[in-house]
Amino acid sequence: MSHENMNLTLKVWRQKNKDAKGNFETHQVKEVSPDMSFLEMFDVLNERLITEGKDPIAFDHDCREGICGMCSMFIDGRPHGPVKGVTTCQLHMRSFKDGDTVVVEPWRSAAFPVVKDLAVNRSAFDRIIAAGGFVSVNTGNSKDANNILIPKDEADDAFNAAACIGCGACVATCKNGSAMLFVSAKVSQLALLPQGQVERENRVLGMVAQMDEEGFGTCTVTGACEVECPKGISLENIARMNREYVAASAKKKD
Amino acid sequence: MASSPKLNSRIPEGPMEHKWTKYRSTVHLINPANKRSLEVIVVGSGLAGASAAASLAEMGYKVKVFCFQDSPRRAHSIAAQGGINAAKNYQNDGDSVYRLFYDTVKGGDYRSREANVHRLSEVSGNIIDQCVAQGVPFAREYGGTLSNRSFGGVLVQRTFYAAGQTGQQLLLGAYSALQRQVGMGAAKLYTRHEMLDVVVIDGKARGIIARDLITGKLERHFGHAVILASGGYGNVFYLSTNAMGCNVTAAWKAHKKGAFFANPCYTQIHPTCIPVSGDHQSKLTLMSESLRNDGRIWVPKKQGDTRKANEIPEEERDYYLERRYPAFGNLVPRDVASRAAKERCDAGYGVGASKMAVYLDFSANMMRYGQIEANKQSLHNPTKEQIRELGMAVVKEKYGNLFDMYKQITNENPYEVPMRIYPAVHYTMGGLWVDYNLMTTVPGLYALGEANFSDHGANRLGASALMQGLADGYFVIPYTISDYLSGEIRTKAIATDNEAFVKTEAEVQERINKLMNVKGTKSVDHFHKALGKIMWNKCGMARNAQGLKEAIEEIKQLRLEFWKNVRVTGEQNEFNPELEKAGRVADFLELGELMCIDALHRNESCGGHFREEYQTTDGEAQRDDDNFAYVAAWEMKEISNWELNKEELKFESIKLAQRNYAS
Repeated sequence: MSHENMNLTLKVWRQKNKDAKGNFETHQVKEVSPDMSFLEMFDVLNERLITEGKDPIAFDHDCREGICGMCSMFIDGRPHGPVKGVTTCQLHMRSFKDGDTVVVEPWRSAAFPVVKDLAVNRSAFDRIIAAGGFVSVNTGNSKDANNILIPKDEADDAFNAAACIGCGACVATCKNGSAMLFVSAKVSQLALLPQGQVERENRVLGMVAQMDEEGFGTCTVTGACEVECPKGISLENIARMNREYVAASAKKKD
Repeated sequence: MASSPKLNSRIPEGPMEHKWTKYRSTVHLINPANKRSLEVIVVGSGLAGASAAASLAEMGYKVKVFCFQDSPRRAHSIAAQGGINAAKNYQNDGDSVYRLFYDTVKGGDYRSREANVHRLSEVSGNIIDQCVAQGVPFAREYGGTLSNRSFGGVLVQRTFYAAGQTGQQLLLGAYSALQRQVGMGAAKLYTRHEMLDVVVIDGKARGIIARDLITGKLERHFGHAVILASGGYGNVFYLSTNAMGCNVTAAWKAHKKGAFFANPCYTQIHPTCIPVSGDHQSKLTLMSESLRNDGRIWVPKKQGDTRKANEIPEEERDYYLERRYPAFGNLVPRDVASRAAKERCDAGYGVGASKMAVYLDFSANMMRYGQIEANKQSLHNPTKEQIRELGMAVVKEKYGNLFDMYKQITNENPYEVPMRIYPAVHYTMGGLWVDYNLMTTVPGLYALGEANFSDHGANRLGASALMQGLADGYFVIPYTISDYLSGEIRTKAIATDNEAFVKTEAEVQERINKLMNVKGTKSVDHFHKALGKIMWNKCGMARNAQGLKEAIEEIKQLRLEFWKNVRVTGEQNEFNPELEKAGRVADFLELGELMCIDALHRNESCGGHFREEYQTTDGEAQRDDDNFAYVAAWEMKEISNWELNKEELKFESIKLAQRNYAS
């Protein structure tokens, strides 16, 4: 492999629960292989903490292949760390060098309270989806799939929006703590497809209302979310959602 | 052979193709007012759980859904890559319900229940219709119709897909349907909750004990019926393609409460995964089977060849799958492909630093696609480089996310050099024994999706897990559950201060106390890794009687040591991932023993269960239909003491035959 094992200094946010006061804790990690993932480096550190009788660092993770959206570390001021287009679990240590000091924090947003250490509560996203992020079709009502023809380009655009993993990096990186990229990805997916037309207006109004109620900030189009999104969800979705919202609001007033 | 009287599979009478239709038309119904007072608990929010919960809530039942993740959308179905099968015959290539049925039974090496598989095949088309109606963005052709590709073990194109993220898109569809019900108040979500026991009252499942993972508090929940859709147990091997949190706990607790566990030794080792890179490895990553549509698998013809892949000329490469299985080539079923890779590596032909890998090479098909694109664009005399560029774009569109993932993990560019791959644990065909209704041996307790044993026999075909999960949840359980619940309309909700709830909660509490109080010196992961090594070496891709006997003793020893020397840090009344892991590993330590016992008792090879003593002269799995054409359903008497119950497998529609993928 390209480089040797390295030694790093980690400054990690520790917080016992959502109400406790947190602080940074410094740890030295030695002999880190460049082939390790960032989370495997944390596994090694935690193993050591356990042996020393200390409380291991809590963090969220599950699939470790970049698709479940559960991992959520804010690394050196960037959600999911320095490499574009990857989640924390797919970030590998070869992206760091010997002697680096790495600062690791949880997602920070009023709408994502800390559970413990680096784990946060993102249930707000589930409630936003429950407010309209669906097509109201009960099981068993559907006609043959090929009766709905969809031009390939539109299907591809809808897929690209639907690729959002709901990790919340967009919220974490936004100085306003806005969830617009997440919400607009779902609104766009369904607005682009014929199946989504019937509920198009109620959907955008319902989801935006819930987003506001959850305490997410407003969007000032800084574009940070698009830069940090591990799945490359485009800012165009926000523009589309704004159009959808204006059109739906206008119609509602009529 | 006769089936055990304890196992009533409740297969409807009549010809195979009419069983399900007749069942649906005659099953007891429940009027809408009564449905509103019937409560159903669903544990797990993957494809099976989310689709069941959404459908049952739509029908009017009161539904509670539990998942250990922070959102139902994180369930590991999300990571399924390649696709979902359905007998639509959109490609006009001769597909039919019968053919999907036949391929699945044959792929499973004739160890699955025909009636269940036929039903699966019948409803497969409805799944695609349902998902498209929900707005799942499947891949499409330029004419706007749905696109298909091929998967292993079949000769038709029946796999629907959304790039390499099919599981994600299907799960988000089911999750959206579920969230719609949550928004309407028909379903209630309990995220970051882990089921730690089933409550059984008068022989029927009546609820669960769950732990709120944030506060650590134990909760009692009543249900007229309990559905487990809690996935498979591949993480017993420590290293697998499963998510870190995947576990057997819900199913295992049910097993200890009387649900028989069927065919635990049937595990699927997936042939195309990224090889292990070091001791720090925490999980393995799959490279979708769909890649075998366009990737050719090979090793050097010379043992211990140290040249780089691109320096080995064509004539010095051994495309061993194409050589051994000309009819199916690179698209043989997973068990066959995995064993063939192991065979080459064990014989000294492996590649890469560890020599435990084979190549998956896209260059030939990249050039083929490039040529087609060049023709489409009317490029005359394109250079080789131009063709390669055009071909690369096609491959990128089909598998881009997988190639990116490979590069991120290995630091090698698979567009330039072949991928290195090796088999890894991926799926478990075994699971809780269920009847035709998907009910376990505990009345009112159901198992869906990977958690049950029912449809894949001894080997699952690619793109069939998504199909089964959604079939069970959308199209089977909504009908079959009313067979049971129609008899429960007079049962009032049972208060959770009932003594059975109190007692079960006390038992759960005692086990947690026990785990916290060992205060030993070794981490939970230490024991999990040790168990994984035993399982992989002795109950993995190849097994033999000697090794299995050793494994059983080693696991017992390890379990003893675990309970004497495990260290669980932190407190029980807080968010404590170490405690969660400890409970799961404790259950794996019991399951591992049963898997080895099952593997040892099955004196034949079939599908993913390969006993070295039972193979043909060409090294293929040799079944023993006279003695082993049955489902092994294990009843737990106490730890280390199980009783075997057999369900005879009758093959009425398909003739038992030796699998043949060569001609």
